[in-house]
Amino acid sequence: MSLIYLIPLLPFIGFVVNGLSFPNISKQLAAIIGTIPPLAAFLISIQVFVNFDGTTQILHVAEWIKLGDLQIPFDFQIDALSILMLLVITGVGTLIHIYSIGYMAHDPGFGKFFAFLNLFIFFMLILVLGANFTVLFIGWEGVGLCSYLLIGFWNQKNSYGNAARKAFIMNRIGDLGFLIGIFLLIQDFGSTGYATIFSSIQQGDVPDNLGVIAFCLFVGAMGKSAQIPLFTWLPDAMAGPTPVSALIHAATMVTAGIYMVIRANVIFELSPDILHLVGWIGLSTALLGAIIGLFQNDIKKVLAYSTVSQLGYMFMGLGASAYSASFFHVMTHAFFKALLFLGAGSVIHAMSDEQDIRKMGGLKSKMPITYFTFLLGTLAISGIPPFSGFFSKDEILANLYHHDLLMWSLAILGSACTSFYMFRVFILTFWGEFRGSEKQASHLHESPWSMTIPLIILALFSVAGGLINLPHFAGGNEFLAHWLAPLLPSPESLGEVSFFSLEMGAPLLAAFIPPLLAIFIFSSKKLIPAEDSQIQGIQKLIYQKFYIDELYDLIIVKPINFLSVFFGQVIDFLVIDLFVEGIGKIVQYASTEFKRIQTGNVGYYVFMMVISIAIILFMGLKSWIL
Amino acid sequence: MNLLFILFFPLLVGAFLLIAQPKHAFIISLSAAILEAIATGFLLYQINETSLAITYMHDWIPEVGIQFSLKADGISGILIGLCALLLPFIIGSTAKTEKADHAQYQGLMLLMQSAMMGAFLAKDAFLFYFFFEASLLPIYFLASKFGGENKSAITFKFLIYTIFGSLFLFIGLIFVYLRTPGTTHSADIETLYLTAHNLSSVTQGYLFLAFFIAFAIKMPIFPFHTWQPDTYTTSPSQGTMLLSGVMLKMGTYGVIRLIIPMFPLGISIWGNTAIVLSIIGVIYGSIIAIQQKDAKRLLAYSSFAHVGLISAGMLTQSFEGLQGALYQMLSHGINVIGLFFVVEIIERRTKTRELAQLGGITQSSYVLTVSFIILSLGSVALPLTNGFIGEFILLKSIFDYSFVLGIVAGITIILGAVYTLRLIQKSMFGNVSRITTEFSKLTLEEKMVLIPLSIFVFLGGIFPNTILHFSEESVLQITQLMK
Repeated sequence: MSLIYLIPLLPFIGFVVNGLSFPNISKQLAAIIGTIPPLAAFLISIQVFVNFDGTTQILHVAEWIKLGDLQIPFDFQIDALSILMLLVITGVGTLIHIYSIGYMAHDPGFGKFFAFLNLFIFFMLILVLGANFTVLFIGWEGVGLCSYLLIGFWNQKNSYGNAARKAFIMNRIGDLGFLIGIFLLIQDFGSTGYATIFSSIQQGDVPDNLGVIAFCLFVGAMGKSAQIPLFTWLPDAMAGPTPVSALIHAATMVTAGIYMVIRANVIFELSPDILHLVGWIGLSTALLGAIIGLFQNDIKKVLAYSTVSQLGYMFMGLGASAYSASFFHVMTHAFFKALLFLGAGSVIHAMSDEQDIRKMGGLKSKMPITYFTFLLGTLAISGIPPFSGFFSKDEILANLYHHDLLMWSLAILGSACTSFYMFRVFILTFWGEFRGSEKQASHLHESPWSMTIPLIILALFSVAGGLINLPHFAGGNEFLAHWLAPLLPSPESLGEVSFFSLEMGAPLLAAFIPPLLAIFIFSSKKLIPAEDSQIQGIQKLIYQKFYIDELYDLIIVKPINFLSVFFGQVIDFLVIDLFVEGIGKIVQYASTEFKRIQTGNVGYYVFMMVISIAIILFMGLKSWIL
Repeated sequence: MNLLFILFFPLLVGAFLLIAQPKHAFIISLSAAILEAIATGFLLYQINETSLAITYMHDWIPEVGIQFSLKADGISGILIGLCALLLPFIIGSTAKTEKADHAQYQGLMLLMQSAMMGAFLAKDAFLFYFFFEASLLPIYFLASKFGGENKSAITFKFLIYTIFGSLFLFIGLIFVYLRTPGTTHSADIETLYLTAHNLSSVTQGYLFLAFFIAFAIKMPIFPFHTWQPDTYTTSPSQGTMLLSGVMLKMGTYGVIRLIIPMFPLGISIWGNTAIVLSIIGVIYGSIIAIQQKDAKRLLAYSSFAHVGLISAGMLTQSFEGLQGALYQMLSHGINVIGLFFVVEIIERRTKTRELAQLGGITQSSYVLTVSFIILSLGSVALPLTNGFIGEFILLKSIFDYSFVLGIVAGITIILGAVYTLRLIQKSMFGNVSRITTEFSKLTLEEKMVLIPLSIFVFLGGIFPNTILHFSEESVLQITQLMK
C-alpha cells in the first residue's frame, strides 16, 4: 500500500531534480528525468486499480494544521473515483510528457518545462488523492500556480504574461468561493474530511446552510472549469505551449471542478436549487462556447472554446444528477481533446508556429498520421458512433431527456454546433489546397515519433474509450457506472432506448448533418473564412466573442484601476493626510506659547528624548547598584 | 540570565560599534546577530520543552512600583524568535555594499534589535513603553541619515506621528497604573489586567481607544497609515525591513499583550469598529497597491493590507484569531523582508525601482526570479506556503466573527494576486529594457539571504504545527482572561 505514496512523490522528485539542475543538464537527461516519474506513477496506478477491492481507504500521510479542536490532517483517500482520476492524470500525463520531448526539442527552456509539467502532475495528484477539502484545495491552487507558470512559459511576450495573470486571478475569484465553502463546512461539521462530512449528512445531520455550501463550492468549480461567468481565461490560456493546453486546459485541470462536484455529490444532492443552477450554467456555457467556436480561425482557439463547451456538457450532466455519465465524459474528453490539441500542436509545429486555419489546408498528404488521428478525434468529439464521444455525450443527453426537455433540446443544438465547427477546422486544415507561404510549404513535415506515438495511442482510446461504460443497448455492462456506484446516489433507470426513437435519433442527426454541411461549404464550395477586416454583423459579434472581455474590462478592470489611483492620489493625499497634517498644524499653532523650548529642531527633540531616557535609566541603575 | 543576554547583547555590541567605529563593522554585527539568534533559539527550545514561561525580575524604581521584569512565554517567544531570526538576514543584506562596514549603520540596527527585544520581553508596562519608544531613535537615525528622497520631512512626520500616538498609550497606562492596589502601585502587566477588568465599560472603552491609537499608528491601521508608504519608500532597505519585518509587530503585539486581555468590555464597545477599519485597510491598501509605479511603494501598501488582516483577526479575540495573527506575524515578517530585499537587489543593479523601466530580469537572473516568485507565493497565501496558514486561520476567525466581514476580507486573496502578479510581470518577465540588459547574476552573499528565506516560506507552510503548538498555551491563557 505504501506504493501509493510514490504516485505523487515521483513527479515531485522529478520537479525538484529538473528544477534545480536547469539549465545545467542536457535535454536528453532532462527528458528522461521528467518522463519517468509520471510513467512510473501510471504503472503504480494500474497496480492500485487492479488490486482495488471496492473499499474506500484513508491513508494518514502526516499532520498538517492543528488548531485547538480543529484538525486538518494531510490524508489521502483511495477510492473508486480517485483511482480513475489517477489513471487519467498519469496516463494522459505520460503521453503528453513524451510528446513534449519532440514538441519542445528546440526550446531553450526545455528542462524548466518538464519541471513545471511534473509539478503540475504532482499537484493534480494531490488534488484527487486528498481525503479532505483542504488537501483538495492545496492541489486546487497548486495546479492553478502551474497553469500560471505554463501559460506564461514564454514570458518575454507581454500578452502571454497577461493571459497567465488573467487565468490565475479568475481562478482566485473562484477559489475565494471555495474557501468560504470550506469555512462553512468547518463551522457545520468541525472538519473538512470527506468521510466525516458525508457520513454525518447521510445520518441526517443536514445543516440549514447546506445549499450555501454547495453554491460556494460550485463557485470554485466555475473558476477552475471555466464556466460562465469565469470562463474567459481559458481561451487566453492557449498562449501556453500546446502540450500544456492538452494536459492542463483540456484533459485534467479544467475537469477538477467536475471532479469536485462529483466528490461532493452528497452535498449537492440535498441542494436541488444549486444543482439546478449547475445544470443551467453548464448549458449556457456549452452553448456559448459552441457558438463562439463556430467562427474562430485560430486552431487552438476553436479547441479552447470547444473545451469550454464540453465542460458545460459535463456540468449539465451533473445538474441532472447523472454523475457517472459526466465522469464518463470527463474520461473520453480527456482522450479526444488531448488528442485534438496534440494534433493541433503537430500541425502548428509543422507550419512553423502558424495557428490560423485560413493559412493552412491540404496538410493531409504531408502529415498522414496527424491527419488520420485528428480525424478520429473529430469523429469522437462530434458524437458519431461508435467513437467514444458518442457514448459519453449520449449518456448525458439521455439523462437530460428524462430530466428537462428544454435543456435537452438546447443541448442537442450545441452538439450540432460542435460537430460543425470541428469538421470546419478539420477540413480547412487538412483538405483542399495549401494556403500558407512558400517558406512554410517547403518546411512541412510529419512530426517525429515522440509526437506521433502519443497521437496514435490517444486515437486508440478516443475510438474505443466508449468501452469504459458501454451501455446495455450496445451490448455493454456499464462498467464505469457500477464502479462508481458506491460513491454516488442510486441512479434512476432510464429504460431501454432504440436507435429510432427521438431520444436517440435527434443526437444522431445533430452529429451527422452538420459535418455534411461543413463538407459542402468548405470542401465542395471551397469557401475560406473571410479576413478579419471583412467580418461583419452578427458574425463579427461572435468572432469577437460577444465582446465579453471588453465588457469585463469596462465594468471591473477599469473601475478598479480608477479606484486605485483615486484612493492613492486623492483620498490618501488630499483627505486623510491633509487631515493628519492639519492636526499637526493645530498642535503647532497651539504650542507657540511654549516657543522657548519648542525650537522646531528635530535634533533638539531627539536630544531631549535621549536625556529623559537617560534620566529614567539612571534612576533604574541607581536602584540596581545600591 | 539568558533573557538579559538576549536583551543587552545587541545593545552592547551596537554601542561598541557606534562609539569605537571599528573597521570590520559588518562581520562584528553579523556575528552578533547570529549569536543572538542562537541564544534566542536556545531560550525558545527551553520554553517549548518545559511549556513554562521564563521570567526575570529586578527592582527598577521600587518607590513607584516599576520593575525591571522580563517574561518570555509562547506569545513573546514568537516575536523574539522573529526578531532574532530576521536580524542576521537584514544585516547580511548589507554585505558588499558601502553600508557593510559603516559602523554607525550596523550599530543602529543592533540598537534597534535590542529595543524591539525589550518591548517583546517586557513584563512591566512602563518597561514596555520605554522600549516601545526607545526603538524609535535608532530607526529615526537610520531613516533620516541614510534614507532617500525627501528623507528629513518624511522621517520627521513619522517620528512625530508615532510619538503622538504613544502619548495616548502613556496616559492610558498611567490611568490604569494609578488604580492598581498598594501604596506604591504596580505596573506589572498581569496586575494591570486585573485592575482594568474592574473598570466600568465606558472607562474601558476610552482606554481601549487610547491604547489602540498608539498601536494602530504603529501597525498601521486605516486611516492612521499615511506616514507609512512614504517612510517605507524613503528609508534605506534595511530600515524598511526593520520597520515592516519586526517593528510594526510591536503594534500587533501590543494589541495581543495589552489591549485584548486588559479591556474586554472596551473591546465589546469598540472592537467591531476597529475590525471594520482594519478590513477597510486590507481592501483599500490592496487596491492602491495595484497601480503603484514604484516597486517599494507597492510593497509598502501590500504590507499595510497584510497587517490589516492580522489586526482584524486578533481583534475577534478568538483563539483562532490570535493564533492566526501570531502565525501571520511570523510569515509576514519573513516574506516582507525577502520581498524588500529583492527590490533592493534590483535597485542596486539598475538604480531604479520604477516598474515601467524594468522587465525581463528572469533572462539574466533565474535564481532571483525563483526566489521572488516563492516569496510572492507566500505573500499571496498559496497553500503549502507560510502565508496560507496565517491567512487561512485569520480569515476563518474573521468569517466566524461575521459572515459579511469574512467575505470582504477574503477579497484580499484576489486583490493580492492582482498586484503581486503585476509586480512580478513588470519586473521579471517581458522584454529586457535598456537598463536591465546588463543585469548581473546574484552574488553569493545575496543568495545566502534570499535562499534561506525562500525555504522558510515552505517550511512554514508544510510544518505549521511546531509554531502553532508553541503559542497555543499562552494564547489559551489570554482567551481565558477574557471570560
